[in-house]
Amino acid sequence: MTGIHRRGLLAAGAALGALPLHRARAQATNTVKIGVLNDQSGLYRDVNGPGSVACVRQAIADLGATLRGLNVEVVVADHQNRPDVGVNIARQWLDRDGVDMIIDVPTSSVALAVNQVVREKNKVYINSSGATSDLTGSACSPNTIHWTYDTYMLAKSTGGAMVRAGGDTWFFITADYAFGHALERDTGNFVKAAGGRVLGQVRTPFPGTSDFSSFLVQAQASRAKVVGLANAGGDTINCIKQAAEFGLTRRGVKLAALLMFISDVHALGLQTAQGLVCTETFYWDLNDNTRAFTARVLPNMPQQLRPGMAQAGCYSGAMHYIKAVLELGAEAAKADGVATVARMKAMPVQDDAFGATSIRADGRRIMPAYLMEVKAPGESRGAWDYYKVLQTTPADEAFRPLSEGGCPLVRA
Amino acid sequence: MLELIETITGVPAPLLFGQVLLGLINGAFYAMLSLGLAVIFGLLNIINFTHGAQFMMGAFVAWMLLAWAGLGYWWALILAPLIVGFTGVVIERLMISRLYKLDHLYGLLLTFGIGLIIEGVFRNQFGSSGLPYRIPPELSGAWDLGFMFMPVYRGWVVISSLVVCLATWLVIEKTRLGAYLRAATENAALVQAFGVNVPRMITLTYGAGVALAALGGVLAAPIYSVNPQMGTNLIIVVFAVVVIGGMGSILGSIITGFGLGIVEGLTKVYWPEASATVIFVIMAIVLLTRPAGLFGRA
Repeated sequence: MTGIHRRGLLAAGAALGALPLHRARAQATNTVKIGVLNDQSGLYRDVNGPGSVACVRQAIADLGATLRGLNVEVVVADHQNRPDVGVNIARQWLDRDGVDMIIDVPTSSVALAVNQVVREKNKVYINSSGATSDLTGSACSPNTIHWTYDTYMLAKSTGGAMVRAGGDTWFFITADYAFGHALERDTGNFVKAAGGRVLGQVRTPFPGTSDFSSFLVQAQASRAKVVGLANAGGDTINCIKQAAEFGLTRRGVKLAALLMFISDVHALGLQTAQGLVCTETFYWDLNDNTRAFTARVLPNMPQQLRPGMAQAGCYSGAMHYIKAVLELGAEAAKADGVATVARMKAMPVQDDAFGATSIRADGRRIMPAYLMEVKAPGESRGAWDYYKVLQTTPADEAFRPLSEGGCPLVRA
Repeated sequence: MLELIETITGVPAPLLFGQVLLGLINGAFYAMLSLGLAVIFGLLNIINFTHGAQFMMGAFVAWMLLAWAGLGYWWALILAPLIVGFTGVVIERLMISRLYKLDHLYGLLLTFGIGLIIEGVFRNQFGSSGLPYRIPPELSGAWDLGFMFMPVYRGWVVISSLVVCLATWLVIEKTRLGAYLRAATENAALVQAFGVNVPRMITLTYGAGVALAALGGVLAAPIYSVNPQMGTNLIIVVFAVVVIGGMGSILGSIITGFGLGIVEGLTKVYWPEASATVIFVIMAIVLLTRPAGLFGRA
């Protein structure tokens, strides 16, 4: 009895061992694997998280019949906003699990670290949620496309508008890591170029700061006209909430939410958020195409959140990647990340979320930037009717000029 | 005088006063949370790692009462601690009570796990950006103190926290119930022999400690965004406070709570980048010099 049992067990073990091998071989022919790497559990979860995954899956669903038998698999992981965790997952995906393209990757410190790994392994990296403009500057890579926004564009659009409106003295509250530093640097440059002054800054520990009152009082003591929030997600929400509590806004100090997403506005409520300006490259209610895309993906969005620009970027990025794979053939695309990215740069980008856009030699996708103002509760006509467009910066002016980024790919 | 302070500290005096006051406000939360932990540890010998999640639950229950039942802040102050305290009683009866005979470590692992599960469930249900919860109209507005703009609500937080801390201390040190509690901490078997229902007392103590955490959560709801990770950020600091004050010392946790709030507030002026670390540096120093904590008995 025991003998049979043991033999049965051995056979089962052998079968189990053989199974993944079998699958791996089948995969190699006509399957590509997309890895969505983002924050599934921390303060950036609603900005990307499961919503980005839903958007990637929507891209596959929307391509439908045009896939012509190409299998697209999606895997997901949580990098917890920690570069070491992000790099470990990326290595494991590319080395062992056969992932061909990594998408999303918020938190600039993680985004920069994963950038290196993907380049080393010659795969494809589409960064949608990371913000640092270094991804297409000093750290640019032939394997990387920076998809949705960056600190330069945010600084130019939001920061520039605030300076033009008379906000010529600034104090920054900055998340103390790569993203906050880059956003503070890029915005500071615009302020100074427009003749304004930066009176000071305070670097707040990231993650783990929930009380910003001390920093806000320091900002107020500096007598700056504008307090620039060089942070994102939960940090921005807490800053805006507490700035209202400490009467900064009532005393005429303007808040510059340099990176704010629609989910942040939703969490704050219009009563608190009204009148704030921010910059987005996507808004669900922009035109018929964006509304159609939103209607398709909404049933799969967590908590029925409307997709924000980072998540819409995952839709658009995944779709464009798959189109390039279809043109190149799965085998060729899997073998050479640089060639795939080169093909993606050569092809026009077209989708419902962003319309027609293009990708530059340094890996920067360019598109119009919309300066938004958050509506007052009385102006809002329905659920999620949050923004009005104040100003549109055309695609070729919204981002840092190719020649100024210092990207080695451009010089070559 | 003001100039003297400015010369010595290198920071304008008004800013300094403001920061001390803000530190005191954060200290109020530290004190109230570490008090609950100290009470639970004193009697149950359980290091309650679920405390942060229970703090968060307090804030969420306040939000739910408003959004689903239309009950405002003042109702939440009473109901949320009762509701969350009751869930604490259930957790103690069903799970924690099975671990009293084992090493501290098992209780720590169990409560840590429960905390992670609770936070995960809330995150799945409500996302990470948080939910809006407004300051009640009676407590909105601010006082102009000359050196700082002081929101009325923050003043209310400090005062109510002081009252709660003092009341808890009085109950434990000056009443018959408190005497039973302290006696059971020393020798549970003997107290039971005198006819006191010790298991029930333990259950209710855990419930009360949890209710304190929930009360902290309700107080925090209008200030911070009500989100699933709001307890995680706070609880690590609170544990350091308990260790510095001395495990299980009631008065120690209150004094260190407020004191460390001030230390942290001052660090935010002089070296903001280190403000998340300073409390742990102090913890390391205290552990090296006085392993039982500042107010603990060796």
